[in-house]
Amino acid sequence: MENLSELWHGFTIAVTVPHLVLMVVGVLLGILVGVLPGLGAPNGVSLLLPLTFGMQPVSAIILLSSMYWGALFGGSVTSILFNIPGEPSSVATTFDGYPMARDGRPTTALATAFGSAAFGALIGVILITFLASWVAQVALAFGPAEYFAVYFLAFASFVGMGGAAPIKTIVALAIGFAIAAIGIDTVSGSVRLTMGIDELVKGVNFVVAVMGLFGIGELLVAVEEEFHARAVSSKIDWREVFRAVGRLPRHGVALLRSAAIGCWMGITPGGPTAASFMSYGIARRFSRRGRYFGTGEVEGIISPETADHAAGTSALLPMLSLGIPGSATAAVMMGGLMIWGLNPGPMLFVDQKDFVWGLIASMYVGNIVAVALVLLTVPVFAALMRIPFVVIAPLIVIICVVGAYSVSNSYLDVVMMLGFGIVGYLFKKLFYPLAPLVLAIVIGDKAEDAFRQSMLMSKGSLGIFFANKLVTCLIVAGIALLLLPLALQLARIWRKPASPATETTAHEKVII
Amino acid sequence: MGRTSIFLLSAAATVLAGTMPALSAWQPQKPIEFIATAGPGGGTDNLARAVQNIITKHKLTEQPIVVVNKGGGSGAEGYVYGKASAGDPYKVIFGTSNAWQQPLVSKVAFNYTDLTPIAAMAQDEFLLWVKQDAPYKTAGDYLKAAASGEFKMGGAQSKDTDEVLTRMIEKAGKVKLTYIPFKSGAETAVQLAGGHLESHVNNPSESLGQWRGGTQRPLCVFSPKRLPQGQKVTATEGWSDVPTCVEQGLDIKQYEQPRTVWLPGKVTTDQAAFYVDLMKKVQATPEWKDYIEKTSQVDTFLTGAEFDKFIKDDLEHVKQVAGEQGWLVK
Repeated sequence: MENLSELWHGFTIAVTVPHLVLMVVGVLLGILVGVLPGLGAPNGVSLLLPLTFGMQPVSAIILLSSMYWGALFGGSVTSILFNIPGEPSSVATTFDGYPMARDGRPTTALATAFGSAAFGALIGVILITFLASWVAQVALAFGPAEYFAVYFLAFASFVGMGGAAPIKTIVALAIGFAIAAIGIDTVSGSVRLTMGIDELVKGVNFVVAVMGLFGIGELLVAVEEEFHARAVSSKIDWREVFRAVGRLPRHGVALLRSAAIGCWMGITPGGPTAASFMSYGIARRFSRRGRYFGTGEVEGIISPETADHAAGTSALLPMLSLGIPGSATAAVMMGGLMIWGLNPGPMLFVDQKDFVWGLIASMYVGNIVAVALVLLTVPVFAALMRIPFVVIAPLIVIICVVGAYSVSNSYLDVVMMLGFGIVGYLFKKLFYPLAPLVLAIVIGDKAEDAFRQSMLMSKGSLGIFFANKLVTCLIVAGIALLLLPLALQLARIWRKPASPATETTAHEKVII
Repeated sequence: MGRTSIFLLSAAATVLAGTMPALSAWQPQKPIEFIATAGPGGGTDNLARAVQNIITKHKLTEQPIVVVNKGGGSGAEGYVYGKASAGDPYKVIFGTSNAWQQPLVSKVAFNYTDLTPIAAMAQDEFLLWVKQDAPYKTAGDYLKAAASGEFKMGGAQSKDTDEVLTRMIEKAGKVKLTYIPFKSGAETAVQLAGGHLESHVNNPSESLGQWRGGTQRPLCVFSPKRLPQGQKVTATEGWSDVPTCVEQGLDIKQYEQPRTVWLPGKVTTDQAAFYVDLMKKVQATPEWKDYIEKTSQVDTFLTGAEFDKFIKDDLEHVKQVAGEQGWLVK
């Protein structure tokens, strides 16, 4: 109850005209950086940071966090319309969002994404409001072994039941791990896999890989296939925006499950990217329409979007209460906090009540502002789909090239992005799954570090992964998810051993 | 009123007079790029952005400045970029001592000799940190407990400053520590707070919030004398209350990390002189003092022969530790 009165006090700070104006400005700027791939929330926030030095800390954090909300929403737009994820965490949204938009329903796809994203964010903020102090302690229990277990779980939930042949999934994963290994290795400090290119010491940036694999890759496929090359004659209907949002409660289970995954991954610093992948993977397994995932399923959009925003929001909590940034953007904001003269940590909640509760209240208001603004823009964005392919294709190339260059002002990134485009094209033509590849690029490196750190700690004993209840539960859950489909298949074979015909089909299913 | 304006005029005249000699020499003619060899939010990035702000605020140069992050490969990305930009005086690289330490221990495609040293602008101190509720009160107690050989020491990166210091502690304290490398000091601090490590050697700013929040505390500082008096960090203690490690029987007199500024190689002396002068002006501003205090660093300014000597001395020292550990690359 004490929290509620604090929150009320926070609202009196957040809901003032100057702060509302800051929120609108922040959200609009955020949508802009979110839509432009390569710019992204962390870069956007760091560009804006110097402007806030003269501001009151509370105003400054409201501006920056509003920008963050805007960027999280904006990141979904290009994923859905052009298959180019603006943010790493919106990759999973492309899997069903893009097919739905190509299918002539961009309005539905965008409105569904924004609606469920807002729901995820709301759950995240409620969690922060009521469980701040308790939740902050949970994050501390995570050492390298627990981190590895979380990443393992993310892999397992996503990879266990791939649509493609298991061997192709494994090949895609292995290529992803190899790409993630390029550059300096944290644990040994040595340079790996740079293939004589000095600049590769920096490693492969995720945005570069994803823009090529998805944006350019899809474009190459589209050029070849006449079907894609047509402009989509999408009806732009305002009512569809509200209808799509109105249909969301029907997917209540998916919403709640994804929000829970998101909050959990945001607090245990797995981050929004791992959260959205994991949520999508689990939804595909447990949804009744799971086998249609990838063709424009509503729940395939709801799951990653809800988890992404729930994680993005709750990632701010460990930052405030412990000084652990749960995402890259949170890390930049934490730098800001220090410059404004505030020290993140448990004392912030005691010393700087106005700041903390003003921020939390602004998360409620800021997200409402963001979702209102972004829903208003749906028809505008959806109209982009009407532009003929001959016009939009060069635009996509330009966006990808500029995006790749702006990651770190490097031509090598542009060349690599185009190279990834060809890889993406080949993957699609040969029916190799892109998702495991991307997942391995994103968290392969972190998973490897966590595994080797654990091994250093335990002096090489795998027992560390079963050393306490938390890590044991995570690992067992991961193994269970990995083996579940196989067990189901085996059970099916075992139940009908009589007919050799069914045995073959069951056997085939295992392979496919 | 009249007196103030006369004072301002004379102040302006002094400033003008001060900049006059520089005007006759090289001046930048297009926008300048600051390359931070760290990701957004890290110490090096904060420095680059603080310097950018001060220059812009005081109009120390006419040209706009952009900060670019090239923190890949523990900063190697930024240095390699500096090497590739030889002769370009519009690229200023902000880094640390890994400009000369990294090439010793890993096969990166640069060396500090590929760059033109401008200055070392601030020194970050190192402290020995333990968990708040750890039983040991002094570095001596810590070493006694560490004799069991089961202690885990965390740090940022591998074979970098933190691990070098860890190996020095092992030698001076005659103990064996298991070093666990993490991506950053911030990550390491969290691992200590969670009790997954016994200690780390973070810089003050990396663990300030954690100390204040009561999750970890410093045992001693690797500095010849105690840190300067400042504001209290916790209710009762401030940086100046932390004893030196030598006081407590851990015989490492000094270990510091300089924040360094470089130009690419093959620039003219005039061009280098311009930036040395620019950084000196930055250092004279009140905003700089403020930045130094907020980040709990030590204000130093080494340039020219002094800076060269500093690098040579540090290099000798690191070479020795790296040699003993078998880290040196051929």
